[in-house]
Amino acid sequence: MAERCAVVGIGQTHHKKVRDDVSLAGLLREAGQRALDDAELTWRDIDAVVIGTAPDSFEGVMMPELYLADALGAAGKPIMRVHTAGSVGGSTAIVATHLVQSGVRRRVLTIAFEKQSEGDTTWGLSGGRSGGVGAGGYFAPHIRAYIDRSHAPEHAGWMVAVKDRLNALKNPYAHLQVPDITLEKVRDSPMVWEPVRRLESCPASDGACALVLTDEAGGDAAPRPPAWVHGTAIRSELGQFPGRDPVNPQGGRDCAADVYAQAGITDPRRDIDVVEMYVPFSWYEPMWLENLGFAAEGDGWRLTEDGVTEMTGDLPVNCSGGVLSSNPIGASGMLRFAEAAMQVRGQAGEHQIDGATTALGHAYGGAAQFFAMWIVRSTKP
Amino acid sequence: MRDVAIVSFATSGALPAVEDTETQMLFPVISEAIERSGIPRADIGFTCSGSADYLAGTPFAFVGNLEAVGAWPPISESHVDMDGAWALYEAWVRLQHGDVDVALAFSSGISSRSDLREVLCLQNDPYYLMPLWADHGSLAGLQARAAADAGLIPEADTTVATPPSSDGAAAVIMVAGDRAREVCERPAWIRGIEHRSDPHYLGVRDLTDVASARLAAEAAGVGDAPVEVAELSAAHPHEEVLLRRALGLGDEVEVHTGADPLMVSGLVHIGEAFRQINEHGRQRTVGHASSGACLQQNLVCVLEGDA
Repeated sequence: MAERCAVVGIGQTHHKKVRDDVSLAGLLREAGQRALDDAELTWRDIDAVVIGTAPDSFEGVMMPELYLADALGAAGKPIMRVHTAGSVGGSTAIVATHLVQSGVRRRVLTIAFEKQSEGDTTWGLSGGRSGGVGAGGYFAPHIRAYIDRSHAPEHAGWMVAVKDRLNALKNPYAHLQVPDITLEKVRDSPMVWEPVRRLESCPASDGACALVLTDEAGGDAAPRPPAWVHGTAIRSELGQFPGRDPVNPQGGRDCAADVYAQAGITDPRRDIDVVEMYVPFSWYEPMWLENLGFAAEGDGWRLTEDGVTEMTGDLPVNCSGGVLSSNPIGASGMLRFAEAAMQVRGQAGEHQIDGATTALGHAYGGAAQFFAMWIVRSTKP
Repeated sequence: MRDVAIVSFATSGALPAVEDTETQMLFPVISEAIERSGIPRADIGFTCSGSADYLAGTPFAFVGNLEAVGAWPPISESHVDMDGAWALYEAWVRLQHGDVDVALAFSSGISSRSDLREVLCLQNDPYYLMPLWADHGSLAGLQARAAADAGLIPEADTTVATPPSSDGAAAVIMVAGDRAREVCERPAWIRGIEHRSDPHYLGVRDLTDVASARLAAEAAGVGDAPVEVAELSAAHPHEEVLLRRALGLGDEVEVHTGADPLMVSGLVHIGEAFRQINEHGRQRTVGHASSGACLQQNLVCVLEGDA
């Protein structure tokens, strides 16, 4: 590989149900400006822009890189748009990383976004042709299959919901702020898609996330400690075919093995300090703990139940509050990547894990068939 | 930069109105490109596709297209909601890392099932321009007018015809290093590939100059040596004139134009530029892709054969 890649700037918007104080372009600029400020760079310093978002039908703007080129300072510059379903925020960060690692660009600004309030996501998800079951309706049978297989107690899901919402109270950008959340409140919230209760589900958010990525020289010159990219991996598999295991997908396991190998991680539970994983429904925490190799198959829920994934545990997961607290869909994956980088930069404020040096950012999408991951560290590869 | 060559290309051509699904349309094209390369499918280390959800009228349309690739066991794969030329660009970047030697780029688009004049209006600024329903054809008319006023085209070329809305698919195999020569008698080496965007707002652009195409061509090194053939994504006669000027192509350069099928034509032009070298013995060719109204965004790829 030609070049090392450093994360020198990170920015995100305040995520909310409706950000009617800004346009789509304004939303992206808010995140982009914060990332540039963090890096002490300007829009002019950027060589290339990479944007990512979920389907165009969510906002009704086709190929939005065309409209956004002006606002993102991309006139006269290269701009690309990535779309890999729910994993897109992660994939977009990876495309931007590769532009640096390949030696093609030196300073890349990447922004992922969703402005769900400008459209109807559930309508968009179903192509507008039916009422649609929504993402929860699609994933609920997978979650039920996991509970049946692992004999997990129902309260494991509630615990994730409570933990992530309490973590969100320490994150000023998080959409949901539910200070009075309890296991009982989650338990008593309405069943939306059996076995997923309302408080075990992610919200619909407007929001954006931005990263400034540079080559090694840029990382060395950065005003604040950068996060260094030690590995990136993506995997895709077909969504449906006989014999596929959508509960513990091969694509996720392969992707994790790939990114761990690049980063020299042999025991993820020991070698990784903090994890930001894509958990849109509470049960995905134990499911991905297994898929990512942090627990043996069927044992992921035990880590949750034992408090291992709390901020005080030895494998903190989603200290930011995660997707369960903010879900600007297209940005949700990049937020995982960004929050992982914030942890190793010591930049996470109240939800900082002291001394975190190695972090995993994780995103998934489609029918749990697209995966994107990166490992970042406080030290150079 | 690592030497990367195109070794294989296949396309459905521009089809009037397919009855197949996008996946069905893609399957034989991808298979043909892989088979022509003689490279086992399992050797493909990176796959990238380009398409637009809005043409298919359904979100996540590209997800089904994975079926045409055969993503099992799971593959390293990505997608841009852009013309396939940008998928090829992303794959070329990925090949620069050194750990992957073979990449597949493909794209597909079915325009016949929608009204492009309506759909492409959704590319405009959603707040200020989209409500005007200014379609690509009307906006192209403004550019033709500007070109005529500047004396660049004859008055007769200012009447802009509605571009065709055809369907199609294309696929390209790229190989890094010496293996390209092992699998292909005459590979086409990518000597420069660059893309740039112009502002979206026509009011801040000089419509007689395609600045983004000019910058991309300069960065890709189009003018570093003579070009024999250029494949241009031009939908109208005035676009060919403007692109020739922007890319610095003299009258001696053989130019082929066309901008359909949408989402595919850029990749097809790069593929045809490859064929000019691979099949017709040319030495240096250019493939071009464009996106957006009035040639807003442009990609230029310079290909060379072995001397």
